[in-house]
Amino acid sequence: MQFLTNDVSSISLIHFLFLGAIVFTIGVCGIVINRKNIIVILLSIELILLAVNINMVAFSVYLGDLVGQIFSIFILTVAAAEAAIGLAILVVYFRNRGSIEVEHINNMHG
Amino acid sequence: MILYDLLFYIFATLIVIASLGVVSLRNSVYSVLFLIFAFLNAAGLFVLLGAEFLAMTLIIVYVGAVAVLFLFVVMMLNINLTEIKEIVIKRYIVLLMIGVMLLVDLGAVIYSSVVTKTVTALPSVAIEEFINFTNSESIGMVLYTRFSLPFEISGLILLVAMIGAITLTYRVTDNFHKKQNISKQLLRTKETGMKVISVKVGEGVDAISNK
Repeated sequence: MQFLTNDVSSISLIHFLFLGAIVFTIGVCGIVINRKNIIVILLSIELILLAVNINMVAFSVYLGDLVGQIFSIFILTVAAAEAAIGLAILVVYFRNRGSIEVEHINNMHG
Repeated sequence: MILYDLLFYIFATLIVIASLGVVSLRNSVYSVLFLIFAFLNAAGLFVLLGAEFLAMTLIIVYVGAVAVLFLFVVMMLNINLTEIKEIVIKRYIVLLMIGVMLLVDLGAVIYSSVVTKTVTALPSVAIEEFINFTNSESIGMVLYTRFSLPFEISGLILLVAMIGAITLTYRVTDNFHKKQNISKQLLRTKETGMKVISVKVGEGVDAISNK
C-alpha cells in the first residue's frame, strides 16, 4: 500500500541508501565530537540506529519484502531497551560520583 | 511524481539538519529536541515509503517514550555546561578525516552493489501477497505467525530492560517509606506509651495540651 505512487518518481533505492549513509556518518562523528558528554553519545547511537532503520525500510519497500519492516520493529525494541538501561546506569553513576564525565570512567580497571 | 520527489528531499534535508544539530549543539536539551525532530521526519519518510505502521511506531516509541526519558534524565542530572564547553580544535581534523573516510567507504559500497547492479532478491515474504491489506494488517499477519518466536524474545528483552532499570535506580530510604517497625511496637509499654494527667474542673483537656 503506497501512500503516493512513485512509478514515475526519480527517487530510487540509492537516494534512501545515501541518506542512511549520511545520517550514519553524522552519528559516528557525533560520538567523536562529544566524547565528554555521554548523553550526546547515547543520542548519536540513536541516530545510527535511525540510519539503519531507514536502510531496512527502503530495502524492504524497493525489494518487495516485508521482512525488512519486521526486523526494523525488532531494532526499535532493542534500541528502546538499550536507551532505558543506558540512562539507568547514567543516573546511578551520577548519583555516586556527582558528574558524568566519560573520560574519568576507569574505576573498573582493577 | 513531482510531489513524491519534493517530499523526499524536504524530509531528507530536515533529517540531515536535525542530526547535525543533535551532534553539534552544546546544550543537551536542544540535542534531544533535535533528535525528536529527526525522528518525526524519518516517520514522514516512512509514510512516504508506504510503511505506515513503522512510522507510527517510531513516533510512539521514540517521540513518546525514549525522547521523554532522555529529557527527564538531561533535566534531572543538571550537568555543568561549562565543563563540557571546552572543545579541542585538533579533534576537528580527526573528525573530518573519520567522517570523509566513512562516507566515501559507504558510498563505494552503495555504488558497487546498488548503483552499478540492479538489486534483485527473491522475497521471503513478498509484499505482493498482501496487496489487499493495509500495511499494519500485513505486518500483523507475518509478525504473529512466522516471526512469533522473535516477537516473544523481543518482549522478553523489554521485560529484562525494565527490571534492570528499576533495580539499578531503586534505592531504599528510611524517611520515605512508611513501614511497620514491629520490634518498636512490641517494646512499647504502658509506662512509656501513656501518662495520666489530672484535669482541673472547668479548664478541660485543651488547656493542658496547649501548654
